[in-house]
Amino acid sequence: MTGQPFPVEAGHIMMFARAIGDEHPAYQGESAIAPPTFTMASAHHDPGYHLRPRPDEDWFGSGGGPGEMAEGGGGLHAEQHFAYHRPVRAGETLYAHTVPGRSWEKHGRSGRLLFSERITEYRDADGEPVVSAVTVAVVPEGPATPKDAR
Amino acid sequence: MSLSPDEIKVGESRERVLVEDLRRTRIVQYAGASGDFNPLHTDERFAVEAAGYPGVFAHGMLTMGMTGRVLTDWAGPESLLRYGVRFKAQVWPGDTLTATVTVESIEETPDGPVVHFTLRTVNQHGAEVVTGTAAARLEP
Repeated sequence: MTGQPFPVEAGHIMMFARAIGDEHPAYQGESAIAPPTFTMASAHHDPGYHLRPRPDEDWFGSGGGPGEMAEGGGGLHAEQHFAYHRPVRAGETLYAHTVPGRSWEKHGRSGRLLFSERITEYRDADGEPVVSAVTVAVVPEGPATPKDAR
Repeated sequence: MSLSPDEIKVGESRERVLVEDLRRTRIVQYAGASGDFNPLHTDERFAVEAAGYPGVFAHGMLTMGMTGRVLTDWAGPESLLRYGVRFKAQVWPGDTLTATVTVESIEETPDGPVVHFTLRTVNQHGAEVVTGTAAARLEP
């Protein structure tokens, strides 16, 4: 199989299930299945994932100073959609293929909002689809500005 | 582990408090488990001084993950066919979230009956933070 390998580990499922506050027995033990949103955690296995600090590389969060918002770094998660072909099981390896989807824009209260889709297909070792995930991100056009959230 | 069609009715709903007084540590716990270490969610100084927010806020995926429990506790963790949400507003430390899942329709398909849900998670002010839909397989 080609694609980014995502080894699905029982301990990782346990930690993820704890983090979402769900201690259902189906998510525990060596024969666990994964909770519905678990494939997001494939980020841990993506060598190029940009939201994980790396040794010997700059990180944009605070240290001695407050950190710095990257240009276009004001992106937020607008929508998330999953289609399930079968449950994800501990002990298997999935292979993730990500492609860009549609992109569009809207006029918000504070200017243009740029939306873009990212489509990830998680397949098993036989190439059969397991989970299809669509992420919609929204980025306000222009430099990061103070937010009046809330 | 699936529900059978006579165990579920159109219009029926389930409600559950997902979290009371969300603590920052819960957000850190989700960052670690998911691998999403965006400092907007875990680094108060960055969120305020570099990004201009009032403070850190939860990953949308934490709310989606917590909301999913209401679906899987009802329909069974192996029965989901689809689950999709829109993130409507930020979730802040201190928030109390309540999710409601409602049966919209039950459809007969060539692969057996399928239940369609709508879902809605609100904060302590009644404001929607997540809305969405889901579908699950029922026992034939």
